[in-house]
Amino acid sequence: METPRINGERIRRYLSEGKRFDGRKMDEFRNIQIELGISKKAEGSARVRIGKTEVIVGIKMDVGEPYPDSQDKGNLVTSAELLPLSSPRIELGKPGFDSIEMGRIIDRCIRESKFINFEKLCIKEGEKVWNVFVDIYSINDDGNLLDAAGIAAIAALKSAKMPGYNEATGKADYEKHAGKIPLSDDFPISITFHKIGDNFIVDPTREEEDFSETRVTIGSLKGTIASMQKGETEVITFEDLSKLLELVGKVYKDVAKEVEKQVK
Amino acid sequence: MTTKEFKRNDGRKPMELRPIKAKVGVVPNADGSAMYQSGDTIAIAAVYGPKQMHPQHSQNPEKGTLRCTYIMNSFSVSERAKMGPNRRSQEISKITEWALEPVLMLKDYPSQVIDVHVNIIQADGGTRCAGINAASMALAHAGIPMKSLVTSVSCGKLDKTLVLDINGYEDSKFDEGEGSTDIPISVTKDGSLTHMQLDGKISVDQLKEAVQAAREACKEIYDVQKEALKKSVGGEK
Repeated sequence: METPRINGERIRRYLSEGKRFDGRKMDEFRNIQIELGISKKAEGSARVRIGKTEVIVGIKMDVGEPYPDSQDKGNLVTSAELLPLSSPRIELGKPGFDSIEMGRIIDRCIRESKFINFEKLCIKEGEKVWNVFVDIYSINDDGNLLDAAGIAAIAALKSAKMPGYNEATGKADYEKHAGKIPLSDDFPISITFHKIGDNFIVDPTREEEDFSETRVTIGSLKGTIASMQKGETEVITFEDLSKLLELVGKVYKDVAKEVEKQVK
Repeated sequence: MTTKEFKRNDGRKPMELRPIKAKVGVVPNADGSAMYQSGDTIAIAAVYGPKQMHPQHSQNPEKGTLRCTYIMNSFSVSERAKMGPNRRSQEISKITEWALEPVLMLKDYPSQVIDVHVNIIQADGGTRCAGINAASMALAHAGIPMKSLVTSVSCGKLDKTLVLDINGYEDSKFDEGEGSTDIPISVTKDGSLTHMQLDGKISVDQLKEAVQAAREACKEIYDVQKEALKKSVGGEK
């Protein structure tokens, strides 16, 4: 199942000539397909395919208590489960680090970008607020599950309808709908750059991702950065970082265009 | 049995199945995969193997192991379900293994394992049946020799009326008269049972009648499964 090392050497050599196996440019995504409403009981849901990679995300909401440090704000809980169904490499058993990190990275991208207006998700200060659950499941792993999950989360949130609030029971009423989740127009996208040799690419295939030496995930809005995470052990120079920060704007635009086109 | 006036919440006749969709090849990474949809219940299944069993101490040199995992997505139900395994999902995983194992020749795969992963994307009753139907198709799609496909459906009783293919409302909310009895069964092509469960209250005679009706209905489902598999190899359009 592992990608042979010889493929890695070839990938590296190609990249040094500015080429990729599938003919894409370094900063080019595969075809992105977004399908909404794939699970009816969820408040919002989306399936995102990037090439052969596929992720589904569902949004659920319920009424809960606010955290002590945010008495007048709703809560966000983002979790990911990398299903053994999606790849022969994913082992059965408790969630591995990759699942946990994915949930945390997507959580921070949504939270820190202020995409969700949490103040408006307060029902009664100090007592009752809405919980928003973003639940991510991988269906097929052909590289870059992380960015697919981020796009699916944004698409699912944008299409979600809040349940009604039942004053008498103090709980959510799933038979009713109470409009959209309060979101800002400016939506974040999580984009991951992978360093292979001296080059950075986006949206790696499974093969390419296997030879990624380090990765930098940037949660960005139009022109601003909301979250970042550098993963894996290889160093990046300050020049590398500057280059990525230059690049991310363009990639954001490309991906955002797809989201705007496909999520109405 | 006076079943004429009985009205089901989704407008179906008592012995009517929900609309079915089936498709194979939905998970490109897997050796075999399938989607099975019955009304608003959607299951996908992926098969990996046969492959060497790890860790080694789990290997059975006498015969191969069939290992099923059933996962219901947290957002597939009205009140969010916690992620990760629970008692219910572990039992259904085992039930799925028992339902499928009789049609496999596991003796041919000593020390190996066939993994079957079932994922419920949308739930409206009958998720274990949908999962078993998808899993059976996925095994066939993976090219694993099978004595038969396995086909699953629930039969049951709502108040006094015998019905087929119980939906989520009928399973959990229906409380008129005698309430609801849910009997999921799985059968091979010749109608032998590989799985059966029952929750509720039903007379012996009615139970026999219900199971007979379910076995008949499975023939209809079997054809849908077969068609989907044929399509995948370009047999019939």
